[in-house]
Amino acid sequence: MSRHKENSAADAELLQGTLDMLILKVVALRPIHGYAIVQRIQQISRAALEIRQGSLYPALYRLENRGWLKAEWKTTEGGREAKFYSLTKTGRQQLAAETAGWKRLCEAISLVLEHVE
Amino acid sequence: MNWFRRRGWEQRMDAEFRFHLESRTRDYIVQGLSPEEAARRASLEFGALELAKDECRDEKPAAWFDHLVRDLRYACRSLRKSPGFAAAAIVTLGLGIGANTAIFQLLDAVRLRTLPVPDPQSLVTVQLADRTGWRGSQTGGYAALTNPQWERLRDIQGVFSGVLAWGDNGFGLGTGDAAHVARGLFVSGNFFRVLGVRPLMGRIFSPEDDHRGCGLPGAVISYAFWQRELGGDPSVIGRKLTLNLQPVDVIGVTPVGFTGLEVGSSYDVAVPICSQAALWSEGNWLDEGTVWWLTVMGRLKPGQSLGRANAQLRVDSPALFQSTLPANYPAVNVKDYLKFKLAAAPAGTGVSGFREAYGQPLVLLLATSGFVLLIACANLANLILARATSREHEFALRMAIGASRSRLICQLMAENTLLAMAGAVAGVGLAAILTRILISMLQTQGDPLFLDLQPDLRMLVFTTGLAGLTCILFGLAPALRATRIGLSDALKSAGRSLSASRGGFELRRVLVVSQIALSLVLLVGALLFSGSLRKLLAVDAGFQRTGVLVSQVDFGRLNLPKNGRVDFKRDLLEKIRALPGVASAAEVVFLPLSGNSTTNAVWKEGAASDQKLNSNFGWFGEGYLKTMRMALLAGRDFTDRDDLSAARVAIVNQTFARQLGLGVNPVGARFIREATPSSPEQAFEVVGLVGDTKYYNLREDPQPIAFLSIDQTEPGSSAQIVIRSSVPLAETTSEVRRVLKQVSPAISADFQSFETEVRQGLLRERLMATLSGFFGLLAALISAVGLYGVMSYLVVRRTNEIGVRLALGAGRASIVTLILRQAGGLLVAGVLAGGIATLALARTVSSLLFGLKPYDTLTVVEAVLLLTVVTAVASYVPAYRAARIEPLAAIREE
Repeated sequence: MSRHKENSAADAELLQGTLDMLILKVVALRPIHGYAIVQRIQQISRAALEIRQGSLYPALYRLENRGWLKAEWKTTEGGREAKFYSLTKTGRQQLAAETAGWKRLCEAISLVLEHVE
Repeated sequence: MNWFRRRGWEQRMDAEFRFHLESRTRDYIVQGLSPEEAARRASLEFGALELAKDECRDEKPAAWFDHLVRDLRYACRSLRKSPGFAAAAIVTLGLGIGANTAIFQLLDAVRLRTLPVPDPQSLVTVQLADRTGWRGSQTGGYAALTNPQWERLRDIQGVFSGVLAWGDNGFGLGTGDAAHVARGLFVSGNFFRVLGVRPLMGRIFSPEDDHRGCGLPGAVISYAFWQRELGGDPSVIGRKLTLNLQPVDVIGVTPVGFTGLEVGSSYDVAVPICSQAALWSEGNWLDEGTVWWLTVMGRLKPGQSLGRANAQLRVDSPALFQSTLPANYPAVNVKDYLKFKLAAAPAGTGVSGFREAYGQPLVLLLATSGFVLLIACANLANLILARATSREHEFALRMAIGASRSRLICQLMAENTLLAMAGAVAGVGLAAILTRILISMLQTQGDPLFLDLQPDLRMLVFTTGLAGLTCILFGLAPALRATRIGLSDALKSAGRSLSASRGGFELRRVLVVSQIALSLVLLVGALLFSGSLRKLLAVDAGFQRTGVLVSQVDFGRLNLPKNGRVDFKRDLLEKIRALPGVASAAEVVFLPLSGNSTTNAVWKEGAASDQKLNSNFGWFGEGYLKTMRMALLAGRDFTDRDDLSAARVAIVNQTFARQLGLGVNPVGARFIREATPSSPEQAFEVVGLVGDTKYYNLREDPQPIAFLSIDQTEPGSSAQIVIRSSVPLAETTSEVRRVLKQVSPAISADFQSFETEVRQGLLRERLMATLSGFFGLLAALISAVGLYGVMSYLVVRRTNEIGVRLALGAGRASIVTLILRQAGGLLVAGVLAGGIATLALARTVSSLLFGLKPYDTLTVVEAVLLLTVVTAVASYVPAYRAARIEPLAAIREE
């Protein structure tokens, strides 16, 4: 489905691919619900990355549809019902692949930036 | 699997989003905000909630289903807003799909449907592989065997898991005034068993029922007969029927779907083959080795292939024919008889003379109606294109704010799908009526047509496929076209979008040109068929067929001795000739063009017997030539004296005389006819010469025919009499009935007009001419409507330009010429395309034509002229309107 991309004016402009990767990484640690994902990413990146919450859930649903995440309704510590996401085996493979690709990209960009002529 | 995740999906998504907002709110409350402030902040922070939900919905399992439902609802609404358009579309589609479905149903019933018995694929017919040296007589049109051959095969065969045989016959049902003829079958004992037909009531025959001397053990009747003639009587088993004046018990009723093995026919009463000895008062065919009347079928053993069965039959054949060689088989062909081999052919769809005659015409008709549907679709496409063009603004805007092109096209196609579905439903309903009309056109008076027209899976697939195809044909191109333009173009153009819709005009032109091309093909076809029919009807048959009454007179019940029958018949003829209005009357064995024929080899007396000619034979009595107004060119007609005690005489036609080398006047010449199963080699003296006449059908080339005197054959207990009458035939009929009743009330007679019989023989040609003419004209009409639409659109588009021309001094006539020239351009393009298509397709119909080649130039020219007239009329009104444009108003219009 083609959609107009929403350009966020936030600190870091997150492309759809990178958002997916971050979500997969956060979910890899342990089963987690959507709200906690947002908190977590903010926390780990030391507030540099702020996820547009409107784009989080479509991303989560997309990843679930692709078979990289699986979801389960469980009770939180606070006693409420929430939808917990966890990584599937293919999700793990996808995370590894994307992480590797990101690292290569970073190295390439660094090389270009550090090149002193 | 995905489907089950749909239930409650919306609620779960809502719950998840709610959980998120609640959590955020709580966190804010913990930070010290008031509950209302916390909630407000939380929802502000989240952003557009509904938008997020909507994006999530794209990931819903089977999201396409929701889109489909939404599109269909929207399509319903938008169609309801234009009821005129919707009605026109549905009617057009209904007619087109209905016509196609009706013809397909017929075609399916005739060619494709298998017999309503278990495992029809394993059924095969058993017949002669090669008929060289075949002698004898054959009833019916199908390859058949003799009863001795059947009995032998039944007793010794090991090839099949079961074999059966049947032959049809008319049984006289009832007595007195209510007597009429029922459609009967002689069947072998295990006929129903091998087929797997279980009785609805009572029982079916068993092999024990069919043995020589069985008398009349009982009759199995069909469901239709039970309902129609016996009122569906629940205690019908044991009831007595009167067949050929003999009482027979009803022992069983077959189920409703079973009507015999011949597609297009239905049987009434079945009796065992051995009952023929009891039912026929004068001789029967049970021991006749030269009467080929039984159709034999077998069931292949499970896993057995046709090839293996054929190989086994070839091995078994010599013994079978050795033991069944008839004593009266002509000596010269005995060696051929012994070389006969049996062969098996697939018979899952039964046998059918109707199929042979109408198989190809039905396919042609289907193609024709398919073309008409295409033409109608082109019109629909134009209509939809116009509709879509007027919504171009809307589409451009919607695409600008985020709709994807494919979603818009899906939405448009949903509309078209609804139209196609509605059209298909209407079409199926119409097809039921059309099929009945077609059947009534295809039957003749004495020959009703029975076809199983129950809708089945094939028809459903056909109709659905057709609806889908038409939907794509008329819907896809306009949808693609209408969503192609960019936003700025659409917003700029206010009404007459010159640049943006130029593509639309191209499409319209292509559609109209293809309509004209298809119409040309159909018109040429229609003219070819009606021309053929005309030529056939105009054929000089060599005799005059109007004003002739044919009567089958049966005096069997009088039980006259053989030597008294000739006088009896002469007496009858005298009485008939004495009636007022009767010009002449005579007896004849079989009439020309009746589908009967006899062929034997003849040679000149004294010539070597290998200079043979295969000649047709006929038999008639004195007065026949006068009755049929056949020209007697030399010699004399038969007289009373040409009877069994006199020398054998013959009247021959010109082709016979020429081909046998008897000279211009063969009177007095002698020829010899070969030995036949019923008579030895015989010499004949030619006593008369007649002109050539048609023998078998109107299309044939001149055939050699020798006519023999009917009084020089063994007299039977029935006679066929032809009567030439100068008063209406109905009068003559009642007069003759009166005379016959006076002689004896035990005489039964049937009457038919000879002209009617001949016309019925031309039914196929008449059908093709009528239907193809109807479709051809319909096609031209629809194309004219399409052309009218396009020309009107053209005029509207060029209103500005025309106004300018008129203002600058152009005459009104030149405007008309301008428009007509455009129409002419379309016509020429269409004719050229149609001409090529005609050349490609004409060959397929050549076997159905008569007197016309498929590439007949005159016909093509006629068709082109017809199309030109239609085009001129269709474009006249728009052209006229163009000339009436007020230049100032046109230029001012912006």
